[in-house]
Amino acid sequence: MKEYFGNIFRSVWTVLIGMKVTASHLFTPAVTIQYPDVRLKLPERARNRLYVNMDDCIGCFQCDMACPVDCISIETVKSLPTDDLGTTSTGQKKKLWVTKFDIDIAKCCYCGLCVYPCPTECIKMTDVYEFSEYDRKNLIYNYATLTPAEVADVKAKAAEMEKEAAAKKAAAAAAAAQAKAAAPAPPAAPKDQPPASPPAQPHP
Amino acid sequence: MEELLRRIVDNNLIVWFVMALLPLVWIVPYALVAVYLERKVSAHMQDRLGPMRTGGWHGWAQTIADILKLIQKEDIVPAAADRKLHLLAPFVVFIGSYAAFAAIPFSSAFVGSTVSIGLFYVISVSSIVVVGLLMAGWSSNNKWSLFGAMRSAAQIVSYEIPTALALLAVVMIAGTLNLQTINEQQAGWFWHWYMFRKFPFVFVAFIIYFVASLAETNRTPFDIPEAESELVAGYHTEYSGMKFALFFLAEYANMFAVSAIAATLFLGGWNSPFGDVLAGPVWGLFWFLSKGMFFVVIQMWLRWTLPRLRVDQLMYVSWKVLTPWAFACIVAIGAWMMF
Repeated sequence: MKEYFGNIFRSVWTVLIGMKVTASHLFTPAVTIQYPDVRLKLPERARNRLYVNMDDCIGCFQCDMACPVDCISIETVKSLPTDDLGTTSTGQKKKLWVTKFDIDIAKCCYCGLCVYPCPTECIKMTDVYEFSEYDRKNLIYNYATLTPAEVADVKAKAAEMEKEAAAKKAAAAAAAAQAKAAAPAPPAAPKDQPPASPPAQPHP
Repeated sequence: MEELLRRIVDNNLIVWFVMALLPLVWIVPYALVAVYLERKVSAHMQDRLGPMRTGGWHGWAQTIADILKLIQKEDIVPAAADRKLHLLAPFVVFIGSYAAFAAIPFSSAFVGSTVSIGLFYVISVSSIVVVGLLMAGWSSNNKWSLFGAMRSAAQIVSYEIPTALALLAVVMIAGTLNLQTINEQQAGWFWHWYMFRKFPFVFVAFIIYFVASLAETNRTPFDIPEAESELVAGYHTEYSGMKFALFFLAEYANMFAVSAIAATLFLGGWNSPFGDVLAGPVWGLFWFLSKGMFFVVIQMWLRWTLPRLRVDQLMYVSWKVLTPWAFACIVAIGAWMMF
């Protein structure tokens, strides 16, 4: 009997306590923020969308090599000795045309490993996190600043320079071979014939 | 009200039709507001904001948008369902909850029907809802729906006993079942309300009625018939579009009906709390509706406070707590009236 009345009293009392708790929460400010209108401040070192400052890029491929998911693809072309590509903000002289600098942000895992090796600090994580697209292709960001015409131009010039260099080398090799042939016969014939042209150099 | 209408149009059918539709003029906007209010109350009790976008200011148009969406929705009837019963069930449920409004006095000047057994009529006609719920659960041909309907029937039938007994306590003092007369007996300042008469027995009867009415409307903590976590949505799992909306409307109409009966019998109905100040037919309507809304808000408050009861706990509360206490109240009030 005592338990019966105790139970009733306790249930009524705890219901009242519960109602007091919910009523107090009715008047506490909500924790929800109205997202597109109000945004939370991101932490200082938040890693979101990648950005490349092409003015400072020297085309060293360090970020490409560091990337664990291979989302960065770079292509460079040698510049002529007469070309002036300017210097980076850190005072380094730029020697390569960066004809392609694509980041597939859909693959990016936001690890930030590409940021640390960059000698000129030109690739960095920004605080932009809204970049959804309807087409996945739009998530490949092209950072290269050269127009297709300029790219073709620098490629042609580089190829010409390579050809000249190869011709020069071949001439030098021929001269050396002639000099060798004029000299007393060596015990063995020269094994290494210089190739017609050196192999193409995709990487410096 | 009826006489006024008769003076305008001298046709019985039209007068009856208008009188029958007038409560709907309140119930439909009330349901829109109450659904919005329910979402807002629940949100703020959980430190959220609730709907904030639709319509601009604090999402005020959210329920209107919801209704527009429900109207456009396809009305799906499951292939294995008992088609006739499936189509009929939501209407039976709504008729059951709407019929109760016929005898509820909205104001001193407006009551649908001045039947002398008003309270008896209200209690009995709201039982039709159980039939509709069973129809919905059975015809859906879905085990969860049937479980929900059976639980709901068991719950409503058990809780009708403490409800009726608690109301009987007031009927004993009033000596009538006519709701309009009961209202008139409570005229004057708020201490004339039945809730404060024969203290504390009628007050206890009031609490018993309120708890039991929560169970009758399938509201939390007595919402095991539509327990989301176990039964998906109970008896209306297989309903979509406007039929689902009709169930929803019936639930909210029911909430207001039980609140209106609580207000009429225990809180003086359309009487002003301050005697003759702010009294009159129009103010009466205001007081009646605000008393009803007060209980609706308390129902929401309880819903977002308490967890759901287990089936055995539900039956325990009905048969071992509410019913004996209601009997004790009746005996005590009877003894008080005799001596």
